Amino acid sequence: MTAASLAEWSNLAVYSSMLVLIAALIAFAISFAARGQRVMSPELVSVGAGAPSLDAAQSDRVDLADPPGSSGPGRRAGNVAMALTWLATALLLVGLVLRGVWAGRVPWGNMYEFSLAWTFGILVVFLAVSLRRDIRWLGLPVVFLALLSLGLAVTVLYTEAAQLVPALKSWWLIIHVASAIICGGAFTVAAAISVLYLWRDRAERRGKVTGIVASLPDAARLDTLSYRILAFAFPLWTFAVISGAIWAENAWGRYWGWDPKETWAFITWVIYAGYLHARSTAGWRGRRAAYISILGFVSFLINYFGVNIFVNSLHSYAGL
Amino acid sequence: MVRLSVDLTRTAPHNSRGTVNPGRSSEVLSLGFPKFTGRPGGEGASWATWERAPSRPEADWRGMTTTTDRPSTEPAAPPPLGTVGFARWCWRQLTSMRVALILLFFLAIAAIPGSVLPQRGTDPIRVNDWIEGNPTWGPILDRLGFFDVYAAPWFAAIYLLLFVSVIGCVLPRTRLHWRALRSAPPAAPRRLDRMPQHRSWESTASAEEILDRAYADLKSRRWRVARGDGWVAAEKGYWRETGNLLFHAALIALLIGVGYGALFGWRGNVIVREGSGFSDTLTQYDAWGGGRLADPASLPPFAFTLNDFRVDFERDEAQRGAPRLFEAELTLWPSPGAPAETALVRVNEPLSIDGAKVFLVGHGYAPILRLTDALGRVVHDEGVVFLPQDGNLTSTGVLKAPDATPSIGIEGLFLPTAAVDDVRGPHSTFPEIDDPAVFLSAWAGDLGLDSGVPQSIYALDTEGMNQLGIEALRPGETWALPGGNGTVEFVGVTRWASFQIAHDPGKEPALAAAIVALVGLMMSLFIQRRRLWVRASESASGATVVSVAGLARSDEADLAPEVDAVVEAVSEGSGTT
Ligand code: HEM
Repeated sequence: MTAASLAEWSNLAVYSSMLVLIAALIAFAISFAARGQRVMSPELVSVGAGAPSLDAAQSDRVDLADPPGSSGPGRRAGNVAMALTWLATALLLVGLVLRGVWAGRVPWGNMYEFSLAWTFGILVVFLAVSLRRDIRWLGLPVVFLALLSLGLAVTVLYTEAAQLVPALKSWWLIIHVASAIICGGAFTVAAAISVLYLWRDRAERRGKVTGIVASLPDAARLDTLSYRILAFAFPLWTFAVISGAIWAENAWGRYWGWDPKETWAFITWVIYAGYLHARSTAGWRGRRAAYISILGFVSFLINYFGVNIFVNSLHSYAGL
Repeated sequence: MVRLSVDLTRTAPHNSRGTVNPGRSSEVLSLGFPKFTGRPGGEGASWATWERAPSRPEADWRGMTTTTDRPSTEPAAPPPLGTVGFARWCWRQLTSMRVALILLFFLAIAAIPGSVLPQRGTDPIRVNDWIEGNPTWGPILDRLGFFDVYAAPWFAAIYLLLFVSVIGCVLPRTRLHWRALRSAPPAAPRRLDRMPQHRSWESTASAEEILDRAYADLKSRRWRVARGDGWVAAEKGYWRETGNLLFHAALIALLIGVGYGALFGWRGNVIVREGSGFSDTLTQYDAWGGGRLADPASLPPFAFTLNDFRVDFERDEAQRGAPRLFEAELTLWPSPGAPAETALVRVNEPLSIDGAKVFLVGHGYAPILRLTDALGRVVHDEGVVFLPQDGNLTSTGVLKAPDATPSIGIEGLFLPTAAVDDVRGPHSTFPEIDDPAVFLSAWAGDLGLDSGVPQSIYALDTEGMNQLGIEALRPGETWALPGGNGTVEFVGVTRWASFQIAHDPGKEPALAAAIVALVGLMMSLFIQRRRLWVRASESASGATVVSVAGLARSDEADLAPEVDAVVEAVSEGSGTT
């Protein structure tokens, strides 16, 4: 295969992945709406509202959001959506790999590729969690974010593939960026869950868990889930920062120089350390912890978009 | 025990068997870590609440650090009167979780300006430009340290306070943890049905038998087990707290490593032309800076010459001109008198000699100019280092010849691939030497070198000089300076490479500390701390009532299987009803 056709195949795979994601988005929306209706049936509406007479068995049922064995249209649409998401992720992987083969290096050397990889990270984290628990209710926001990021990538950030500049040729780059990408995916998914948590929590506090919000798991579940994802992502981010420092030491002769990219990696790290502390501090659990999780994600985004594009940094490899 | 009103739905634990314990009250549920209560009174409930015994503060799992468990340290409480009382109050505040949290946020916020404003350490020229461009705010921000944020006193104050807080946090917790490690798990509570995970049934086996089985099973699965009258208590996951302490202690070690490197480390920069050499003494550096305790007299005594510098640039249309290869070939003498060896330095592949590291950080061109003065003497005949101005290596440089008659100064522009257009004037269109040219401007007169004022070798002070003329030269061409002031020949081009030579004795300790921190962090996040209890007693009817319950320190999601495992082990072969 010639280089040009490899590039075309890579782009084709990315575009196909986007098309499949659009289909998945629709299927998730159908499933979400259908579930919302079912949960609104009378004996379950009060569940999230904190009715003191409620027994635990019922709350179990709501936690699952979609009782196993049920086969409404919501469930079927949800299954289809999950399958489509797997397919889209596989296509995106193909796009990334082809791009890497084309350029003869790891496929994250510029912002276009980093965006593809980040989207891949989001989808992988979502699918990995979905293997262990039923999180189809999360499909809608996650797929939406993935589409948004891919859309930006193919329109604004697109760059022809080229080889890496020498400073980016390093094993540490592969390790460092790979872990940062998974973290990016995890931060994104966790922040999405935190937003849903705030929404659900508000409904619960007001005692009005009706409509779409009723098809979400209860607030406690949401909080635990985002905690677990961040508890996994935080050590990985720590590792990403350390491996970045090792790389910087090799390339520039200092392991830490308060370059804007490094500074924002540090800020992100400190915010998530704050999140973990908040979860064991009275008065900071729950809602405030959720705000911190969202703040951490914003800081990650600033590092990712803001620093690459606007700030004059050693790490400015946007290739724009 | 505190009485709480906790939302059932919020804390209702998952019971994998779907059984519901009717005896559960809202007070009971408070033991299940209701992390979602934002209201007063709801905050005291936790694992620690369960153990709260005023006379035994060490029973508090969170140590002395969480305000959760110590309402007395809530900031809302007014400081007590008296110096000692007040000092103690301050210390309590400082080492509280809440203050640690706030300091962490201050640290994050304080780091931001340094990423927005130019910083002296990395870009002093842009700092000066900024200050000149903002005459009102520039000097104020400068005085407040905003152009050197990471060395500013207020930045240091935040992280030093944080680290004092960490120490104040880690030490007592280490003591508590040490004690917990050597003591048996606490006795089973009387009412196990209050626990978030609970199973109860009647068995035909005797109570002794049940407890024996529970003890043996838990022991064999490496729980720490204690046995008392009618109960067995077990606990595991002590490594979680060990990891947490390790992590926080390693952060302190990391700071010490970084600080040690900053005090004793040094770094210098030097530009070396192809064919010329460098020996590691202070005078040979173009720039050198060291920590307060760095000793410039004890630099490792190596020397090298730059034999060859190889570069390669992208020629494809996409990203044309982007560098693909930088490689410096050196002849190296690791110490005086040592045999010479050949060494390669690449970007990402520094050379280590004697505790110092040699990094390749830049490159450029040095056009060889042969200057013959009015008397016909050759006063200069070697490469002149020109500094790159853009990605295509349009470079500028200066040749000063004070010994010429008359003294000559030449400003030059070197273009590896020359082009001239109306907008940009002479410039280079590709970084490789495809079509080189120099544009020279020659001056005669006083170079000002004797005035005692230090001068840059890259700038010509033309005051007191008069311009002889300008000329563009291709390699091999000679320019006869107007007025019979001599000739300049553009002989050819060599390259130069710039090296950063750095010594940071703190980086290995810092890396070790970072790795320990990472390991401790993973232990503290992934190891689960759990308690299990089994109670067995004969009921009036003669059957044995068995209860099994579990409690998790932080994350109770996977507690049910643990409880089930004990239930299974205990009920093996005994009639369960
Ligand atoms: C340099 C600043 C600090 C950083 C980066 C930091 C980071 C962290 C992280 C990431 C965790 C989560 C690990 C875990 O859950 O076990 C944690 C836990 C913890 N930290 Fe810190 N910490 C810092 C300072 C402090 C200070 C000053 C205190 C004392 C007030 C403290 C007390 C604790 C406690 C008690 C936990 C355990 C919480 C729990 O297990 O529920 N930390 N810290």
